[in-house]
Amino acid sequence: MTSSSPVPGALRTEVARDGETIVFVAADRLLEAMTWLKETPGQEFDYLVDVTAVEFRDRERPLEVVYFLRSLKRRADIRIKVELPATAELAVDSVWGLWRGADWLEREVFDMFGIKFDGHPDMKRILLPDGWKGHPLRKDYGILQQDNEWVQINLGIESGQ
Amino acid sequence: MKHVAETKEISGQSPNYLVAKFQDLVNWAVNSSRANSLWPMPFGTACCAIEFMATAASRFDFARFGMERQAFSPRQADVLICAGRLPFKLAPVIRRIYDQMPQPKWVISMGACASTGGVFDNYAMVQGIDTIVPVDVYVPGCPPRPEGLLYGILLLHKKIKGESLFDAVKRREEQPLDDKGLRLPPETIDEISEPFGNSVHQFRSS
Repeated sequence: MTSSSPVPGALRTEVARDGETIVFVAADRLLEAMTWLKETPGQEFDYLVDVTAVEFRDRERPLEVVYFLRSLKRRADIRIKVELPATAELAVDSVWGLWRGADWLEREVFDMFGIKFDGHPDMKRILLPDGWKGHPLRKDYGILQQDNEWVQINLGIESGQ
Repeated sequence: MKHVAETKEISGQSPNYLVAKFQDLVNWAVNSSRANSLWPMPFGTACCAIEFMATAASRFDFARFGMERQAFSPRQADVLICAGRLPFKLAPVIRRIYDQMPQPKWVISMGACASTGGVFDNYAMVQGIDTIVPVDVYVPGCPPRPEGLLYGILLLHKKIKGESLFDAVKRREEQPLDDKGLRLPPETIDEISEPFGNSVHQFRSS
């Protein structure tokens, strides 16, 4: 993967410290870019390694959804990032249609960060109980915070702490 | 036979019988039987379960202490051994398993996480299983070595042997779930919770 590749919707390109290319893609053109990366000869990123998200300590910075792609055939890696401003609704298109493995990965990102993936077939929590409130990896969710209401209802105890 | 009140010797015969209180005799007989044939229900969720398996296997072999049969069904178990951390999502499960065990029943909390939450003081983890089920013996360690668990089991033996069958205070009241699977009455739940979902008329208890 060269940094000059014309990924559709690419906003800018960075090179990570380990030499891997990071391409920032506009949120509304994510599906187009991903389809291009998967199906264009010479790209062929046929394996979605991971989907995760980052919220920075600096609240002004947007949240990032990060996709790790790998081409098993070409033995090449690429990282795709989508920036989502924290003020707007946190939603991005699901890539479940391209890689079925995105199913649980996107559900985990939703569970931990509250980022919705439009077009996902089963957008619900994967690790925490269904009735849980809040998304624990967000910066406004305290490290010791728990959903005491859920605990009281389902366990019949005052608090889990 | 520490409860033996006296021995009597009848003339011309050897002292071949003992006198003891009936209650003490029954306590001794029943509690020894219970303590020496505990059937554990393993509830292994983390690395403590590995040490638990080591305790059960041939090198340490807790079958020596009467735990010959591990009951993987709560209906045939006497002692619940929680080996490992307990997330909130599993807490209703262990409570249900505990409810399904027939009395008398005991609980061993194995390891730092089961006893206090350990290092996992965060959004997902129960800070000590004694908030969910009553615990008889806490085994410290991260994870405890098999010797530690064996010591805990022997302490439980000691505790069982000291119990009295005639003390009604020590019997535990069962608190099973109601038919909706709730532990609190629905009014209480609606009081402490807010409406959720798309409708303001939708409540947690329904």
